[in-house]
Amino acid sequence: MTAPVVLEPPVAGPVEDGRAGARPASLWRDTLGNILRQRNAVIGLVILSFFVLVAIFADQIAAYDPIDVLIGDEEGIKKLAPPCIHALGCPETMAEHYFGIDGNVRDVFARVVHGTRVSLRIGFLTVGFAIVIGMFIGSIAGYFGGKVDNVLMRIMDVLLAFPALLLAVAIVVVLGPGLLNAQLAIGIVAIPIYARVMRASVLSIRERDYVTASRALGESDLGLVVRRIIPNALTPLIVQGTLGVAGAVLDVAALSFIGLGTQPPDAEWGSMIGIASNSMFVAPHVVLFPGIALSLTVLAFNLLGDGLRDALDPRLNR
Amino acid sequence: MTRFILRRLLSSIPVIIGIVFLVFALARIIPGDPCEAALGERANEVTCERYAVAHGLDKAIIPGIFRVPGGAIEARPGEIPATFLDNQFVVFVGDVVSGDFGTSSKFGLPVTDLLIQRLPTTVELTLYALTFAIIAGILLGVMSAWRRNSFADVFTMLIANIGVSTPVFVLGLSLAYLFAIVLGDTALELPPSYRLSPGTDVPTLAATWGLEDLGGPLRSILDFMSNIYTFNAIARADWALLGDVVRHMILPAFALGTIPLAIIARITRSSLLDELGLDYIRTARAKGLRDRAVVLRHGLRNAMLPVVTVIGLQLGSLFGGAVLTETIFNLAGVGRAVTEAILSRDYAVIQGFTLVIAIGFVLINLLVDLSYAFLDPRVQQR
Repeated sequence: MTAPVVLEPPVAGPVEDGRAGARPASLWRDTLGNILRQRNAVIGLVILSFFVLVAIFADQIAAYDPIDVLIGDEEGIKKLAPPCIHALGCPETMAEHYFGIDGNVRDVFARVVHGTRVSLRIGFLTVGFAIVIGMFIGSIAGYFGGKVDNVLMRIMDVLLAFPALLLAVAIVVVLGPGLLNAQLAIGIVAIPIYARVMRASVLSIRERDYVTASRALGESDLGLVVRRIIPNALTPLIVQGTLGVAGAVLDVAALSFIGLGTQPPDAEWGSMIGIASNSMFVAPHVVLFPGIALSLTVLAFNLLGDGLRDALDPRLNR
Repeated sequence: MTRFILRRLLSSIPVIIGIVFLVFALARIIPGDPCEAALGERANEVTCERYAVAHGLDKAIIPGIFRVPGGAIEARPGEIPATFLDNQFVVFVGDVVSGDFGTSSKFGLPVTDLLIQRLPTTVELTLYALTFAIIAGILLGVMSAWRRNSFADVFTMLIANIGVSTPVFVLGLSLAYLFAIVLGDTALELPPSYRLSPGTDVPTLAATWGLEDLGGPLRSILDFMSNIYTFNAIARADWALLGDVVRHMILPAFALGTIPLAIIARITRSSLLDELGLDYIRTARAKGLRDRAVVLRHGLRNAMLPVVTVIGLQLGSLFGGAVLTETIFNLAGVGRAVTEAILSRDYAVIQGFTLVIAIGFVLINLLVDLSYAFLDPRVQQR
């Protein structure tokens, strides 16, 4: 008989707080709550925070300089030497190198740690660029429709008809190899995806009553797009963008792997793997450690993107 | 149905025109002098002029736009009328329409011949990878949805998450190390490079079937098929060759197929879960159908539409992965051919190969779209 009495407050509490409390539920607070309820998103966030911390404190974490050749600094140091960790039985007389030494006698651990900065920056900048341009093209196409829409979307179709990596290779060759150009190329190749997503949301939002109401109140085309349509069309873009960061990190690493992205001696995971791939069979550690770091970063963005999608898109809630 | 197919066919024409122009433009704006790239040390003013005339590079690129010796691009508006039809673009389009992609400046071979040598490698690799991805992906997806939240489900989805996040080149190199070095000299050893064991000689089908006098497009198709070694081995009943081909394809196909596999598994799972929650499934269960019949015959068939979409979408990234896989496993396919051609300014190869690849994609997407119409008749009405 006492059970209902015990159960009542916890059930009633949150409902009252949420509905009639002083702090009304906001979109952002709801969303944050939803995200934190997604196991995948939380795992993704944790891995990502770890890498962000590593990127910020790279100088403190790594004992060596990432591009410093250690010949002459240390006695008996050999290129491609395997990892040496004292706790795991490496003789105390040798210097500690957690991830071993690469083909140019540099500390792999320092290079992997410093590579974190490059990869995270690549991910955000590349996708940010693609989203901004894609949003612009997509909203123009969706809002004005007709011929403008047709021409813009056919151009996007042409871009999408090429295998992304191949088109990116061609663009980098036109612009010249280098990290910035590789990012630009991957960004350009990704534009059509965001333009399509944006156009689709604009098409559906444009017909909503509140847009018609704003127009009746005398809002200009630009005002309608910027103040009414874009804010309401952002959700799918954010989700697509988070998943896109994973793809961008992978693609820029792939370009660096074939030698068109980051140029030596800079530390970046893709180019580290590319340069080391020839010595894979004698010294697997030079490929394995940057490979694991790269995979984990991509995994984190994928998990976070999936979680965001589930949290932001109620239709998918199961 | 006919109207739907026609409309879809017509809508790809502007895209193909755009591709032709973009491919042409990309090949022209790549910096560097094609003459210097082709002739190397023998390049000087005289030889380069002769080279330019022989390859039609002295003509306007498009009406009124010229490339002057040395590589700079120059606009001469006064010459627009004179070069309106006499320019490289018109020549290019004319050649493409007649099936002539020019001659590779690096190999001295017609691009069509190079395509017949290189394209089969990529087609074979992609087909192996895709078959592996589709079969394993759908199996794993169905298993996960069927036993939802079981250990097998959670484990499969964990592996799928890791699978989509592992770059092709990391996975490829790790597999090569594992199967060629760690497991070397055991029964599980697999070759980490090339399409065949060294010294293996593959007779062409034309020679085997006494068709060496055959010419024209039929011969090209026959040679193309002949270079798909799996097909060649089966057609000639050469089982030793088939075994060798398959052994060499396992690692590259696994490396290339893992990302699409993971994506297919995830989409199969969520799509099947959606279906299994619907009323008609409850009806099917209520009338006493066995679980297996409900899931496989009713649920899975209706859940296939998004899966087909995703498979179609994967083809583009599969090709990007093929470029990397070919590099890692030393396979002479189109992906590597194009990257090498771009680096050596081999205009004809860049143009011919990218054009064939891009148009191939448009056609594949067309097929994917048309297959929706067969899978789901409602699509036509949209």
